[in-house]
Amino acid sequence: MNKVIVDPITRIEGHLHIETDVNDLGVITGAYSSGTMFRGIEQILQDRDPREAWAFTQRICGVCTTVHAMASIRAVENALKYPIPTNARLIRNIITATQAVQDQVVHFYQLTSPDWMDVVSALKADPAQASSLQKCLSKWHNNSTAYFAKVKSTLSKFVSAGQLGIFNNAYWGHPAYKLPPELNLVLFAHYLEALEWQREVVKVHAIFCGRNPHGNYVIGGVPCAVSTDDYGNLTPGNSSLDQDGLNLIGSLIQSMNEFVTQVHLPDLLAVARFYPDWFTRGEGLGNFLSFGDFPEDDNPSWGAKPPKLAVPSGAILWPRTATGRRLPFKDFRLADVVQSIDLNDPSEIQEFVSHSWFDYQPPAGKSTGLHPYDGQTHPNYNGPTEAYAPHKPVCDGGETLYNPGVRAEYSWLKSPRWRSQPMEVGPLARIAVLYARGDANTEALVNQSLAQVNQPLSALFSTMGRLLAEGLDTKIDADMLKGWYAQLVNNIKTGEIATHNPELFDPATWPTEASGVGFTEAPRGALGHWVKIKDKKIANYQTVVPTTWNAGPRDPDGRPGAYEAALQDGKHTLAIPGQPLEILRTIHSFNPCMACAVHVIDPRKEETLRVKVQG
Amino acid sequence: MSNQQTFLEALEERGVSRRSFMKFCAITASSLALAGTHARLFAAALASAPKPTVIWLSFQQCTGCSESILRSFGPALSVENLILNVISLDYHETLQVAAGDQAEKCRKDAMQAAHGSYVLIIDGSIPANDKEFWACIAGNSALAHLQEAVNGAGLVIALGTCAAFGGVPAALPNPSNAYGYTDLLVDTKLVVNPKMEHKNLIEVPMVPGSNPPKPVPFVNISGCPPMATVITSTIALYLTKVKDLLDGKITIDDLLKVLDRYNATTNPMGILDYLYRPKPFYGDRGDPVVHTDCPRFPHWEKQEFAKSYGDEGARQGYCLLNLGCRGPQARNSCTRLGWNTDPNDGGLFKNSPTHAGHNCLGCSEPNFWDTGFDGGRERFRQGFYSVQK
Repeated sequence: MNKVIVDPITRIEGHLHIETDVNDLGVITGAYSSGTMFRGIEQILQDRDPREAWAFTQRICGVCTTVHAMASIRAVENALKYPIPTNARLIRNIITATQAVQDQVVHFYQLTSPDWMDVVSALKADPAQASSLQKCLSKWHNNSTAYFAKVKSTLSKFVSAGQLGIFNNAYWGHPAYKLPPELNLVLFAHYLEALEWQREVVKVHAIFCGRNPHGNYVIGGVPCAVSTDDYGNLTPGNSSLDQDGLNLIGSLIQSMNEFVTQVHLPDLLAVARFYPDWFTRGEGLGNFLSFGDFPEDDNPSWGAKPPKLAVPSGAILWPRTATGRRLPFKDFRLADVVQSIDLNDPSEIQEFVSHSWFDYQPPAGKSTGLHPYDGQTHPNYNGPTEAYAPHKPVCDGGETLYNPGVRAEYSWLKSPRWRSQPMEVGPLARIAVLYARGDANTEALVNQSLAQVNQPLSALFSTMGRLLAEGLDTKIDADMLKGWYAQLVNNIKTGEIATHNPELFDPATWPTEASGVGFTEAPRGALGHWVKIKDKKIANYQTVVPTTWNAGPRDPDGRPGAYEAALQDGKHTLAIPGQPLEILRTIHSFNPCMACAVHVIDPRKEETLRVKVQG
Repeated sequence: MSNQQTFLEALEERGVSRRSFMKFCAITASSLALAGTHARLFAAALASAPKPTVIWLSFQQCTGCSESILRSFGPALSVENLILNVISLDYHETLQVAAGDQAEKCRKDAMQAAHGSYVLIIDGSIPANDKEFWACIAGNSALAHLQEAVNGAGLVIALGTCAAFGGVPAALPNPSNAYGYTDLLVDTKLVVNPKMEHKNLIEVPMVPGSNPPKPVPFVNISGCPPMATVITSTIALYLTKVKDLLDGKITIDDLLKVLDRYNATTNPMGILDYLYRPKPFYGDRGDPVVHTDCPRFPHWEKQEFAKSYGDEGARQGYCLLNLGCRGPQARNSCTRLGWNTDPNDGGLFKNSPTHAGHNCLGCSEPNFWDTGFDGGRERFRQGFYSVQK
């Protein structure tokens, strides 16, 4: 048995440390996931103005910029029963979907594709054949022989100049790479095109929020004002939301649709055909959770009839036999096993700290699960305080983070559970819940794309299936953008220009005590913020974050988190133990975001005021 | 160096014409306040600059600074040109392909091969003392990685408000003992953050071979996150100076005069302001660039103010001062250069937080989370929505 430790896991957000046990055949038999950075944004939020919580929480993550701000303003609005105008709802949907499209395309090309694309092999490509290949894949305009010859020449000069920069010392030539040189060249061309494309489409955020990353938000609506003259008629230049701004948003939504339909999805399907075995491994839990997002009407979230969500909420627990074995996929239907969720029910979402660098105060203990409203976290780091593995190798006495003989704790992440079960969140969970809820569009997309790669529906539950789900999720978001944009343009054209409701912005209008939950579907999955407000200040703030669900450590019953379960499914064999390409493929398919995932709380406030946030 | 492509060669291969390159240089030079002859020299120096090694270390950060640089526009300093042609980005956790041991080897090899000349970019704050191991990479603390990397750097860029001044992790009560770079230096002459306890934990790095020893220059590029244009233009400036240094046209003393940190407050000719930020982008003390360049500024002059978000006034471009705007205190280029745009495209698209309709948070200034600008750290004295009287 060997320890294979990968730290840093690169091409993710933040600091992730993965330890695996690998047997003599190269098969991973145990996996342990650790978050190694802590900031404590929750303590920082304590006693601050709830209206400005979004600005702090947004800095939880700059890759998933916007999502923590969105969850925060929704939590405060939920607590204050604060309605927002229709235009604000539409603009928020456009902001969130734009973020998902941009982030998920960048995740595929910049963060994931080097796991499947051998850049050095692209140097052997025939540009004419690459051109033919591109013409088969889609009608994307960059398809000429000359274009691919130019990309190849750029790459060739770059490599021969000898400074490989971010491509240096990678896994080029590894036997797990299976793509032909021409497809590698096409992917590399799109790697560069995606860099150009992604900075353009976030202009949507610049118009609505002033900038990207880390634009501005406000409770009660959106801060951007429609640019008008003093008669209330649309006029250019008084704010960014004028006719030019609207036109630009329209053309960027068009650009998003073209890139996703003609580049991202075709590339994904082409890659998937060469890696059929990756449709058979990498789904460890089989449980899925979506909070849902994109309200389609103006019903308030606290009302008797909550808003209809374009992406629905739900939980799927894979059915098991009496002995705990998973039923074969053919023996049940997703529609029969999807369940409703309630973010306010104390028995549903709970967080555990049995293997995390935190304590719970009595009467709770190391094995207790606490709902976010009642959550507490007291950091208690008992990990190494000198260099450890891999900086100090195990063979030289370097300590491993997972070291059960010495301590149970090995991560800054907590272990969230739904009805005491570990859950996977993210695009695969969203697609599974959409499918289970009978969404016809999703069913068609899933069935068609799986047919194109000759895979059954059960293949969706795998490393490659997770990437495919991300691509389909991106396509669904890009499609929905067109509808919200059309509604927004029509509203403004017909004189409906309100973007903010000032009614409850003044804290003098607030009750003495209030509490609320706000949620969104971040690219990486279900995100919730829970806030308690007392005397116009934050008394308690807690976030439960996608990567905490996915990357969290084991729970008191020893059940692993989603990363751990996926890696130790018995189907991951390292071809070259010193080169952990197989580990990277499965971990990257989850789109990790570590800065989001690390929890903490105020150790000074032991009795009533407990603040907890990921930071 | 012989097989290294120069910047202009690489650009021409990417289809960027010499003419558009010269236009870029003229505009960048003017934003750096270089005139006439200097602008031409700048262009010549930049065109023949070799690709410098850049090592980018991320500590207690959110990756927002890396995301910001991913938004940089061309023709010359777009992100794709930057990482392929302008710099050799030899270590960057979010972008590099190699992971684990292979990634660590990249870092160590680059530090060795470019000893004394590599650009060290750091983002994120650094936890210290009893919480040193609360941020770890590859089995060692952020502080240990930083100390190792500054020895041998030719320039240290503290990117973003977290690396420069501590930022959000250092907001009160600073749960993780987080510090910005300069607050950790064993260097009593530096006063960036007067209310921050000075840690004296990092030995000041010296330029290899300098006699008498000269400290390695550093630059703060603040903002949460900083603007892409500001980041890339500062790197471009440094490229030209490194080229001059390598060609023997200037000495390390000359370089240090330009990037002079000790005399920043007394030497008005230096390029850095009193917080060690490049003056062309951050102005200087008493020079409120966000406010005066704001498209809503004419309404401030007329004393026309929005009363709430999206109200009649906000829609007509009125000033946001009464919503808590910190534009008058914030020194940054947001309103002058515009976000998410190519400053060379003639201003067709030029946006900023205040133009959209939200008050400026003042994110380029130390302690802006605790609202005590210029060193004050009294918690909650004034939130983002408090109006200054």
